[in-house]
Amino acid sequence: MALDAGLVGRSYPPSAVYEVGREKIVEFATAVGAADPVHTDPEAARALGHPDVLAPPTFAIVVTLGAADVVLADPDVALDYSRVVHGEQRFTHHRPIRAGDRLVSTTTIETVRSIGGNDLLTTRVDVATEDGSAVCTATSMLVARGTA
Amino acid sequence: MSARLRAADVAVGTELPEQTHRVTRADLVRYAGASGDLNPIHWSDRVATSVGLPGVIAHGMLTMGLAARTVTDWAGDPGAVVEYQVRFGRPVVVPDDDTGAEVTVRGKVGAVLDGGRVRVDLTVTSGGEKVLSLARATVALA
Repeated sequence: MALDAGLVGRSYPPSAVYEVGREKIVEFATAVGAADPVHTDPEAARALGHPDVLAPPTFAIVVTLGAADVVLADPDVALDYSRVVHGEQRFTHHRPIRAGDRLVSTTTIETVRSIGGNDLLTTRVDVATEDGSAVCTATSMLVARGTA
Repeated sequence: MSARLRAADVAVGTELPEQTHRVTRADLVRYAGASGDLNPIHWSDRVATSVGLPGVIAHGMLTMGLAARTVTDWAGDPGAVVEYQVRFGRPVVVPDDDTGAEVTVRGKVGAVLDGGRVRVDLTVTSGGEKVLSLARATVALA
């Protein structure tokens, strides 16, 4: 079933706060093999002018993946999750995510399209600190194969 | 500790050191746990083949994360990446053996932008096939 074009622009309530822990950064950096001490050693991070250890550039997916579940849980979004693959991903970092950040994510449906029998759904997650300063914008395009 | 690269030291066409990463099933399990993406197509052959895949595939986000290292190792500061985008063109199939799959990442400066920023264009292949397309990062150099 094709996705309803009326979903474009739909925005969901802000997520619960995600607190970025040093150990979670270490775990994620290890999983992508990122050995730079800036992910593990606060002194190394400070030497580069950062207040605490930095997350790798794709760590934002940990924060935004959970936040974007609100879209898949929306009964108006008729997406067969078993047919879904990740089509595109973009991160815009207004500043690096670092340990100690308390982040809130707000998810918006940006576009819906049907191309070649596939449904394409693009969501944007705006990640900000608890007090509203922008940290990262993550845009994901999901493809539901053969559903349109 | 790595030193930060300066914008004055790069030009359009500057090549980044190539990296090759080996990805095994153990790496997929580790990434699943670290990222929270527990989709069984990344660990169960039964589920992967039932949805028409040739077998268990790597998380696209793992491939994207590995490819980022080519940029961050070169720039000398992972915090220098201000924009990073990819299109997932073809899955990386990871066999259930000790060898796994190889992912090779090449990068080249595609544009020098204002304010000490450069755009790096990445070519990411596995088994001789491109697995990411339109993979590019904007990096703020010192």
